[in-house]
Amino acid sequence: MDRRGFLFGGAALGCSLAASPFMTPVALASGPWDNRLVIIVLRGAMDGLDAVRPLGDPDYAALRPTLNDGKALALGDFWGLHPGLSDLMPLWQAGQMGVMHAVSTPYRDGRSHFDGQDILEAGSLQINGGAGGWLNRMMSVVPGMTAETAYALGQENMAILQGPAPHLRWAPEAKFDLSPQMRRLLELTLHDDAMFRDAALQAVSIADSLATEAMAAEGDDLDMMMAPAKPGSEANLAQFAAARLREDTRIASFSVNGWDTHQAQANSLPKTLQRLSQTILTLRDGLGPVWDKTAVLCMTEFGRTARENGTRGTDHGTGGAMIYAGGALRGGQVVGRWPGLAEADLFERRDLMPTGDVRAAAGWVMQNLFGLTATQVQQIVFPGLDLGNAPGFLL
Amino acid sequence: MTFDPIIAATRFGTGLSPVIEPPWDTESMLGKLGGPDQAAALMPIAGFEATTPTLAFIGALNKADREARGTDGEAAAKEAIRQKNRELSDVSRHNTLSTLARCVTAQDGLRERLTLFWADHFTVIGRGFNQRHLVTPYIADAIRPHVAGRFADMVKAVVMHPMMLLYLEQTRSLGPSSPQGLKSGRGLNENLARELLELHLIGVGGGYDQTDVTQMAELLTGLSYNAVHGVTYRAQQAEPGAEVVMGRRYSADSALATITSALEDIAIRPETAAHISRKLAVHFVSDTPDPDLIAGMSRAFVDSGGDLLAVTGAMLQHPAAWSPVRAKVRQPFIFIAAGLRALGVRADRIMPLGNGQFKRHLTDPLRLMGQPFEQPVGPDGWAEEPAAWITPQGLAGRISWAVASPAEFVDTLPDPRKFVQTAVGPTAPPELIFAADAAESLADGVALVLTSPAFQRI
Repeated sequence: MDRRGFLFGGAALGCSLAASPFMTPVALASGPWDNRLVIIVLRGAMDGLDAVRPLGDPDYAALRPTLNDGKALALGDFWGLHPGLSDLMPLWQAGQMGVMHAVSTPYRDGRSHFDGQDILEAGSLQINGGAGGWLNRMMSVVPGMTAETAYALGQENMAILQGPAPHLRWAPEAKFDLSPQMRRLLELTLHDDAMFRDAALQAVSIADSLATEAMAAEGDDLDMMMAPAKPGSEANLAQFAAARLREDTRIASFSVNGWDTHQAQANSLPKTLQRLSQTILTLRDGLGPVWDKTAVLCMTEFGRTARENGTRGTDHGTGGAMIYAGGALRGGQVVGRWPGLAEADLFERRDLMPTGDVRAAAGWVMQNLFGLTATQVQQIVFPGLDLGNAPGFLL
Repeated sequence: MTFDPIIAATRFGTGLSPVIEPPWDTESMLGKLGGPDQAAALMPIAGFEATTPTLAFIGALNKADREARGTDGEAAAKEAIRQKNRELSDVSRHNTLSTLARCVTAQDGLRERLTLFWADHFTVIGRGFNQRHLVTPYIADAIRPHVAGRFADMVKAVVMHPMMLLYLEQTRSLGPSSPQGLKSGRGLNENLARELLELHLIGVGGGYDQTDVTQMAELLTGLSYNAVHGVTYRAQQAEPGAEVVMGRRYSADSALATITSALEDIAIRPETAAHISRKLAVHFVSDTPDPDLIAGMSRAFVDSGGDLLAVTGAMLQHPAAWSPVRAKVRQPFIFIAAGLRALGVRADRIMPLGNGQFKRHLTDPLRLMGQPFEQPVGPDGWAEEPAAWITPQGLAGRISWAVASPAEFVDTLPDPRKFVQTAVGPTAPPELIFAADAAESLADGVALVLTSPAFQRI
C-alpha cells in the first residue's frame, strides 16, 4: 500500500476525510445564560475628567485651562463628551451608551499602574492571595460552565479571567494557516492523545470560524465595519469577541491601552478615545441582534489628577469614569454621585473623590444580567464589597 | 522502572540532541551537577550589581526628564531616556538568548532544568520595562549558584536580593513599634513573610497560621532595599522584641543575624522538606507523584540538612522517577529549547538574533504559548498541570512556531524521517514515523515531530 492509500483509504486508520473533525468545525457547548458581558480594561489610567467633562462644575475650567478646549459635545446641561468619543453620540442618543462618574477601585494612595491594575483585575486589595481574577470567580459560582463560556482575548495576559474556572484565551493574530495535508497529518499524530487532540480541534474550530467570517466580510463591500480589522488592533479583538459572543460565549475581556497621558494630552488622548469608540462600535456591529442582550463595561485602574500639570497633561490620580455601552443597560445618562471639584472636595486635595466603586457597578450587572445573588457577589466575586444602592444604568 | 537515557535527557534534561549524548547513568548526572557550572562560564549572564543601566541610574534619568519638561534640556533628557530604553532591551535580549542557548547546548541539562524550576519556585516579576531586565540577573545571583548546594543558602540569597525585596514589597515594611514606625505611623507589609511560609518554605497546609505570618513579617523588619543605598538592614526599622514563628522563638536582637538564623532554621524544618520534595517531584515526574518518592526525597532533605544535591539524587535514585508513563508536558520555554536542541542548533546561531527575529521567533511565540519570558502572573509562578499549557491557543502557538521558526536557526532542515529518531528516540509511535514521511515539506515534517505528543510529553 502506498502511503496515501494508507492515510486516505480509511481501512488502516479509520479516519475518512468526510468525518474528520479537523476538517469540519465542531459544535461547542453552550453557556448557561443568554446575556453577554464584555469587560474592556483600559490600561494606563484614563482621564475620566477629560473623557466626560463636568462643564457645569464651577471649578472645572480653572483646573483644566488648556484641556477645556470648548469642543466638547453637550450631554445635557452639565456634562460634555470629549470630541474623541463623538462617534459614540448615536449610541448615547439611542440610550445604549452612558457613563458612571467619580468611580474607582478600592486602591488608594499608591497610584502605581501595576498595583492599580492588579487590584482592578483581582477585584480586591488582596492581590497576592492567588484567588485569581474576579471574572473567574464569578464563573465559579455558576454551574454548567464550559471553557467556551468565557474568552480572554489578545496577547496581553488578562489576570481578570485567570483562575481555576475554565476559560479560553485566543489572540486573533495566532496564525493557524496550515495546509490541508498538514491538518490531516496533525490529526493523525495527535489523534490518540485526548488532551492534544481536543485542544487542536478547538484551535482549528476557532481559526476556521475566523477565516469564514473574514471571507464573508470580503464579499460584502457595503458593510465596512465587518471588513477584517488590522491585525493586533482592538477592533480586531472586538470583531473576534463579537463572533464568539454571537455563538456560545457569554463573557469576553480584553484591553485597550494607551491612556497614560502625562503630557500633551490634547494630542494623544483623542486617538485613544477614537480607538475605544471604534472598538465599541465594532462590537455593536458584530453582535447584531445580540447587542440588545450585551453589557460592555470599560474600566481603568484609576483616574488622573484634577489639575492639569505643567506639560498639558495629567498625572496619576484616584477617581475616574467608567464608560458603559450595550442594549442591556440604560444609557444616555451620566450616573454616579458627583462630589464636586472644589479643592476641599478632592481626594487628598488633588484627585477626583471617588463616590462609587467600579466593583459594585460590575456586581449589579452580574445580578441583573446573570442572576447572581447579592451574597454571591459580596462574598465570592468581590469578598467584602458593599454593593450599596443599585446604579441608575440597570434596565 | 530503571534508568533510561532517553528519559534522563527529556524528563530531567533539556532534550535529545544529534550532537550531545544523553546521560549514561544517574551517577554521571549527579557528578556533573555537583561539578563546576560550565554553561555559565561559556555563556555568562551578569548579576544584578554588574548589570547596567542600574535602577539608581534609571531613577536619576526619570527625575532629570521630569525636571527638564518645558525647559531647553527637554530634548536631551528625552534622548537619554530613549538611549536607556535601547540599552534595557539589549540587556533583556542578551539575557533571554543566553538562557535559551544554555538550555539548547547544555552538557548538563539537569542544571538548566533545576535553575528554571528554582527560579519559578522563588518567582520574582520585574515591575515594568525598567525592572524586567533584572530578573535573569537575580536568577544568576540567588538561584543558579545554589541548585546543587544548600537550600538554606538559596533562601538567604533570595530573601536578601534587591529584586525579591522589591517584588514582595519588603521595601514597604516597617516595624509598627520601631522608632521609625512610631514616627511615620507606617507598619508591616506581610507580602514577603506570607509567601515565604506559603510558597517558598512551609507550604499551604504545613501548619502555620496568620499569627505566624505576622510574626514572620515582624521578624523581617529592618531589612530593605533602595536604589541608592542597596540592600540595607536598619535597626531603627526593626520591630522590637523576640518573634515566635511556628512555635520557635527567635532572637530579640535587632540584627540581620536574627533574620538569617531564622531563615536557616525554617529552611530545614520537616514541613519545608516535605513541601520542597513534593514540589520537585510534581515538576519533574508527575502531578500526582508516588508518596514513596516524596518520602525518600524528604528523608534525604532532613538527613542532609537540606542539601539539594542529595534531594535531587534521591529523586533520580527512586524507581518512580523512571516510570515509562510520560505524565508531564514540556513548558513552552523548554519546548522551544528542546526543539532547537533536537535540531542541533549552535549557540552562535542563537546569540546574534536581532530585535525583530528575537521577537518573531522567541518572545511573541512564548507569549502565544502562554509563557511570556520571566513574566508569570503572580508569585506562585507557572502552572504545573499539562492541561494548563495544552490549550487551544497554547497548542496553536506551538504548532505555528514549529512550522515557521526552526528554519531560522539552521542552514538546512533535517530529513523528517531521521529527525523523528533524533528528537523522540527509538520509541517513536508508528503514526508519527508515517506522518513525518508523508509531510509535503521538510518544514511540515519537522513541525509534525516537534508538535507530536511523543516529543512534548516527558
